[in-house]
Amino acid sequence: MTADVPTHLDGNAAAGALSEVFAVDLTAATGRCNGCGHTGVFAEARLYADAPGLVARCPGCEDVLLRVVTTPTDTYVDLRGLTYLRVPNA
Amino acid sequence: MGIVSPGFTGRRSGSDLPPGQYLTRDFPVLSAGPTPRILPEHWEFSITTETGEVHKWDWQAFLQLPSEEITRDIHCVTRWSKLQSEWKGVSLDTLFADVETGADFVMAHSYGGYTTNLPLEDLLDGQAWIAYEFEGEPLGAEHGGPARLLVPHLYFWKSAKWVRGLALSDSDDLGFWESAGYHEYGDPWKEQRYAGD
Repeated sequence: MTADVPTHLDGNAAAGALSEVFAVDLTAATGRCNGCGHTGVFAEARLYADAPGLVARCPGCEDVLLRVVTTPTDTYVDLRGLTYLRVPNA
Repeated sequence: MGIVSPGFTGRRSGSDLPPGQYLTRDFPVLSAGPTPRILPEHWEFSITTETGEVHKWDWQAFLQLPSEEITRDIHCVTRWSKLQSEWKGVSLDTLFADVETGADFVMAHSYGGYTTNLPLEDLLDGQAWIAYEFEGEPLGAEHGGPARLLVPHLYFWKSAKWVRGLALSDSDDLGFWESAGYHEYGDPWKEQRYAGD
């Protein structure tokens, strides 16, 4: 199995959706992948937006870091693929 | 010449669409991750029962099973619908013929890690296939080739691309999108898009 030519965007493209939920800019936050331990700024994540929701994947192992699904009434944010998000204090 | 040509069957109108859908003649590609490229010689499909019994087919064995031509409308939860799409595949009735199970639920697993959950009864009785051709051509990787699940009476996220196996279960666990806010069943005619619809 080999990966196709990337069809993803970078993590910055999630800024709009995440700003609906979080008061800080998470694309500048540092995240640690729960799968492989890769640690980097969230903006480096591979973002798949041509899907029923936003899916951010680790640039190291391609595991899912984050999912965002927006319904007419709610936004679901699944962070289980991240060990942590480190946000600088203002 | 009469006003109405008796031979004309044509494309059907938008009135055949489930609520909230629009008609497309394209075949949009939606993907939650990189496209797996599975060579047929490396492809394998399995059905695992709730007791752990495994039924497996490699590509060669799979192609020796009786196939069917399938023409169905498909409906994506992102609101596009495609009418009269033409597929070739193996009925899940054929694949389940020798599978003994008392389970009610199935989790479909794909190469690349995608999952989706369905009731077993929705995969049987001529309702679902493992499809490997689209409009007379081998199914392209971007559309789930070499083979994908085809369950056209449910929203198309249930028709898992790059399917590699079905796991039977007594419990209705949630798949990739179902665990992130999408409906556990996904009937387009009832517009079951999101959890609670």
